[in-house]
Amino acid sequence: MVKAEAVRKSFGRLEVLRGIDLEVNPKDVMCIIGPSGSGKSTFLRCINHLEKIDAGRLSVDGELVGYKERGDKLYELPDSEVCKKRSEIGMVFQRFNLFPHMTALENIVEAPLRVKGDGRAKAEARARKLLDRVGLADKVDAYPNQLSGGQQQRVAIARALAMEPKLMLFDEPTSALDPELVGDVLDVMRGLAKDGMTMVVVTHEMGFAREVGDSLVFMDGGVIVEAGTPRDVLSNPHHERTKAFLSKVL
Amino acid sequence: MTEIASRPPAPGPQAGRRPEAIKAIPVRHPWRWVSAVVVLALAGDVVYTIATAPNLSWDAVWTWLFRPFILGGIVITIELTVLAMVIGIVLGITLAVMRLSPNPVMSWVSWVYIWFFRGTPVLVQIFFWYNLNAVLPHIGVGIPGTTFGWHVGTNSLINAFIAATLGLGLNEAAYMAEIVRAGIISVEHGQTEAAQALGMNRLLVMRRIILPQAMRVIIPPTGNETISMLKTTSLAVIAAVPELFTRSQQVSNVYFTVIEMAIVASIWYLVMTSILTVGQYYIERYYARGAQRELPPTPFQRFRRLLFTFHAPPPTAPDVSVFLPSEHR
Repeated sequence: MVKAEAVRKSFGRLEVLRGIDLEVNPKDVMCIIGPSGSGKSTFLRCINHLEKIDAGRLSVDGELVGYKERGDKLYELPDSEVCKKRSEIGMVFQRFNLFPHMTALENIVEAPLRVKGDGRAKAEARARKLLDRVGLADKVDAYPNQLSGGQQQRVAIARALAMEPKLMLFDEPTSALDPELVGDVLDVMRGLAKDGMTMVVVTHEMGFAREVGDSLVFMDGGVIVEAGTPRDVLSNPHHERTKAFLSKVL
Repeated sequence: MTEIASRPPAPGPQAGRRPEAIKAIPVRHPWRWVSAVVVLALAGDVVYTIATAPNLSWDAVWTWLFRPFILGGIVITIELTVLAMVIGIVLGITLAVMRLSPNPVMSWVSWVYIWFFRGTPVLVQIFFWYNLNAVLPHIGVGIPGTTFGWHVGTNSLINAFIAATLGLGLNEAAYMAEIVRAGIISVEHGQTEAAQALGMNRLLVMRRIILPQAMRVIIPPTGNETISMLKTTSLAVIAAVPELFTRSQQVSNVYFTVIEMAIVASIWYLVMTSILTVGQYYIERYYARGAQRELPPTPFQRFRRLLFTFHAPPPTAPDVSVFLPSEHR
């Protein structure tokens, strides 16, 4: 589903990604862990072209991200194409980023209504179903600031799911939450994984990674230091840097 | 002793009962009363001096205050204000979006526009439009070098009213553009990213996500601009547009009641700006939804609170518990 080959990205002089190679299979859950500044969030944002990569190849579902290849030449995609591609990938942010001037329901129907062109009745029916699925059926008309962090994040997940994405990206979805609210969000993600959603999750929740993840990647300094099954990497790390990191967080 | 202190208190006869509300004598504020007396005395003196000015004809003021000639001027003042602000806001939003566009041509055009229209006096701009026919007797669109196209006499297209509207509106657009731009920049970048991640294009993100949130920052200075515009319309006197101030002037030119007519005009300007001030509160409240848990008080509530705070706290404190997230309730 996602394939990265030697992906590089710099911000000015700072090289944040220094050659990332990885592959996420359909219906798999890949967790990415690593210290802050290791480039894991940047990599996630490259997948839906919120950041432009400088070198390498990055493709989603067999199609290059942000470019089209014809012959041996790359053509930059126009905005409309980039938007269409993004609409097929859901993203959940650390800071939720719900639209504060809209109710939970309005947040969820906005994109299906205006990007996909669904009818209002259809979009609202599905939004209510999604809210029910994330356990917030009674919060349809609540504004984001009337919701707790955990509730906001669950609305944000419902908002991303409303576009019926083929891939979901999670950027530290529980890092901004009170500990007691983390569980609800992880439950929703666990359910998604069980239903066969392809997911790339940047996280600090080692328990979640071990239990739900099909693969685990440890990043540091813009490179993948170690990758494998969660059990292997977490219980039996080979690399010194992985050991050092895990000894601090576990 | 420590053993006793660390033990939870045994449930006594007071258990389960709410503590009584505190009844204390509030702090006295004698200087508030003193300052109030001083201010009232000064204000009274000013009013008395003006009211009893020997050559001031209050009869003229009351006579002209409600004359249809003056009331008709008010209508034109309001028309000018509304039209100029509509042009200013619509064009201002367009200019702000252009200014922030990744397209360098757009951004540059917007910069030059703002530079020019903010850099020349609005009085000169009205004057310019009003006298345009002196150098351009005909204007229109067509293909250069051919007779094909559409032309019209400048005077029939730009009369005094349109000259004033254009002058005020185009000038206002430059200021509104900067206000709107500040509002757009104030919206957190995560909002744009979240909207983009859903597949929304630039225009949609701007219209549905950024601008509605920017409104909270844009509305207060826009209210200010509207109030300012209401008074700036008096510059239309240079184009002899028959608005409130022009008509007051015309009356005083005939009856030599200069100050009287200035008072008439001032009274009406004050009435109109007061109404706008109240309206502004309600619009601000509307756009604060979702941003504040507690809406700002209405003018009436403010007035009530002001009356009460003069020597005592407001009778009702805001009920905080209502706004807590349900999980903590």
